[in-house]
Amino acid sequence: MSTIRSRLLLIAGLLVLSVWQLMPTNVTERVPDKTTGRMKDTTVRRVPIDLGLDLQGGIHLALEVDQSKGPVPDCADAIQRAERVVRTRIDEFGTTEPVVQIQGRCRLIVELAGEKDPARAKSIVQRTAFLEFRITDMKNVFRDALPEIDKALRRAGVKAPGQAAPAATVTQLFGTDTAKAKGKAAKAKAAAKDTSDANAPGPLASVLFQSPSNIPGEFLVPEEQVPVAESLLVRPDVERLVPRGIEFKWGTEVLSRAGRSYRTLYAVEDRPIITGEYLQDAKATRDQLTNQSVVNFVLSRRGGRVFERETGRHVNDFMAIILDGRVQGQPPVIKSQIGQRGQIELGAKPLQDAQDLALVLKAGALPAPLAIIEERTIGPSLGQDSIKDGIRAGVVGVVLVVLIMIGYYRLSGALAVAALALYVVFTLAGLAGFGFTLTLPGLAGLVLSVGIAVDANVLIFERIREELQHGKLVRTAVDEGFKHAMSAIIDSNVSTALTAFILYLVGTGPVQGFAITLIIGIAASMVTAIFVVRTFYMIWLDRRPDMVTLSV
Amino acid sequence: MIRLFANANYDFIRWRRWAYGLTAAIILPGFSLFLVRGLNYSIEFTGGTLIQVHTPAPVGSERLRHALDAAGIRDAEIQQFGAPNEFVIRARVGTESTEGSTEATAAAVDSALARELGLAPEHYNIVRTEAVGPKVGRELQGKAFLAIFCSFIVTLIYLAFRFEWRFGLAAVLATFHDILTTIAFIRYLDLEVSLVVVGAVLTMVGYSLNDTIIIFDRVRENLRKFRRQNLYEILNLSINETLPRSVLTHGTTMATTIALVLLAGEVLRPFALVMTFAIFTGTFSSIYIAAPLLMAIEKRWPGEDARGARVFRGMESVAPEPRPRQPQPTR
Repeated sequence: MSTIRSRLLLIAGLLVLSVWQLMPTNVTERVPDKTTGRMKDTTVRRVPIDLGLDLQGGIHLALEVDQSKGPVPDCADAIQRAERVVRTRIDEFGTTEPVVQIQGRCRLIVELAGEKDPARAKSIVQRTAFLEFRITDMKNVFRDALPEIDKALRRAGVKAPGQAAPAATVTQLFGTDTAKAKGKAAKAKAAAKDTSDANAPGPLASVLFQSPSNIPGEFLVPEEQVPVAESLLVRPDVERLVPRGIEFKWGTEVLSRAGRSYRTLYAVEDRPIITGEYLQDAKATRDQLTNQSVVNFVLSRRGGRVFERETGRHVNDFMAIILDGRVQGQPPVIKSQIGQRGQIELGAKPLQDAQDLALVLKAGALPAPLAIIEERTIGPSLGQDSIKDGIRAGVVGVVLVVLIMIGYYRLSGALAVAALALYVVFTLAGLAGFGFTLTLPGLAGLVLSVGIAVDANVLIFERIREELQHGKLVRTAVDEGFKHAMSAIIDSNVSTALTAFILYLVGTGPVQGFAITLIIGIAASMVTAIFVVRTFYMIWLDRRPDMVTLSV
Repeated sequence: MIRLFANANYDFIRWRRWAYGLTAAIILPGFSLFLVRGLNYSIEFTGGTLIQVHTPAPVGSERLRHALDAAGIRDAEIQQFGAPNEFVIRARVGTESTEGSTEATAAAVDSALARELGLAPEHYNIVRTEAVGPKVGRELQGKAFLAIFCSFIVTLIYLAFRFEWRFGLAAVLATFHDILTTIAFIRYLDLEVSLVVVGAVLTMVGYSLNDTIIIFDRVRENLRKFRRQNLYEILNLSINETLPRSVLTHGTTMATTIALVLLAGEVLRPFALVMTFAIFTGTFSSIYIAAPLLMAIEKRWPGEDARGARVFRGMESVAPEPRPRQPQPTR
């Protein structure tokens, strides 16, 4: 009895785990905002199974470095730069969860689920990268102009977003690192107070928070307020009041403090001090003495002269590194005049960050032109049809299997069907849990594996029938049946799993989806057909110890 | 209680020559056709452009052909795809084509359709496009061959590990036979060979091997049990004993693949057809190819035993059952 109980507990545990995996969860997705057309994070409740492009529609692009306009010596290096660049443009695609990844050595894969316009997607991917260095708003002219802007906004009837916490408290929240920061935070607090007329922050000031790093011109915007801030900043009445020579650039970094995530916004000079064309190389290293991550970069001779002049004028100012209009990382301070060779210190940050920055610099210096070598576009209606057809075929197939099993093996068949239901739940949970993507061939694999999954039960039941025929008692027959069928079950499943595994290694997207569902299906069917059905038998025999004939 | 083929006692092995003949009659014409004309590879393998067009009302393929001809797209292939208002246009990469031309083809087809049928999306809708450069296609061809080759090697190693080498050789030869018949089948129906179809062939390799293993597993067991019977009898006995299982399992699997063929849509149909055929050929070869081959191999390279009996190695420790089960007449 106790073994039955522990077995049932294990099955129940697996079932709970599976159902939990399949529960609709809150998934954060970046979707285009309907009103502004910009990207924003929204939380959607859905079953966490990712659908492949062939099921939800979208665009798949495979790109390689374009060698037609001249040979590119190191394509792996070039594709890394390209990948970094495409990543910064991820929001421009306007699709949920775009996939940008390097495949093999020299190939870039871009997958845009739901995107319908291939021409637009291709132009975003293939556009040449543009890198520039700009000095941030050193004199805080924008911050000083904020009260005026807010006054104008209030006059225009714009109200501060309600749920925003008062600026002062959030500033305090950030400014507790060091004593020095505290002092500055206090100053920032005063500044924030200045911006408000009657203690209430203005519409714009309430979404722009002074950052804890105290880089002049750096602001933090709560993630959910990003569209608000964006729409306010492009208003003509605001633009008129923004001090001359100041532009706004969003940062790529998302900071999370006290359970909220913030995007950085920079007020920078409208004129770059230098652009990527003067950059020649960049390399990330770790300083052995200080154990700090640094990026060394080299400019061209002419670039060196320009940079020397500009940095000479801007010692102690902060320099934003902007790739394709996005500020990359935190702007470093210019410590002294820099010539042809410079170094950006990232302090205690991991080497990875330095490598990423070096990649950004190189991407701007040596843009990697990309050629499209493969393109697939699947319309959303086709994907929906595929899902509909696939599910219909699956339901019919499963019903047939259920009829055959119950018709032929009766009660035992019903046990197998019950196990089959568990099998489907387990397989889907496996897909969701490991984060694999369900594709159209995957759907076929799932349907097919239902047919194959009952094979183990068929083997066992046939064995039990044989044992019964040999005049064995029901209990012995069941035991022997399971025991003898085992080697055949294992051998056959392993051979199918091996071929599926090879298919996974060799295949691409959809076919890999097929291989994955087949492998997970085989694993799940071993559990259900052997362990679960065995447990059912144990319960059955336990309840009816005197059973003479078995319904098999 | 329904019992199919219970206690069956068919002399399967006796029909082996007929089986060889039948399978040769299927393979030889199909395979020679394959050697002469090759297969209908999808653009994934050849490189090229595929455009699937959906129109609100059925338009004849002649109109599409006319549209493409007018635009100077000569070597495109137009195929109705399931419903009469669904078409697939394929333009494979010719020898003179360069990497960039696949995209240009897609754009040219789009504008040709717009001229003939009126503007999208009221008059037609491009629901799917694929443009594959020839380089990607060549790579994929290599990968597909590699996959089939690797799966052979890996299953061979697995079989060598689990079974005696004679069993392994027979199983692999039977699986190879299945690949040949499947190629013939694909050739006869002129199915489009995409990567998914290669996936079906690989699954077939696994499935057929699985089936052979079930029978060989029983042979292995019966060889230990009935030491006085010869291999011919043991093979027949094992096939007959596993016959109900074969019928049931193939029945359930076939039910699902036929559901896929009929209901799962046009994209999956070649896959589902190949899988359905795979179940046929896998079952056939396990019984009529693998088992007789095992006998032939055993005849050619007999397994040795201290007493000179026809036994496989590693079974001396098992005590033989005193009396073999008498084959019973079929009901």
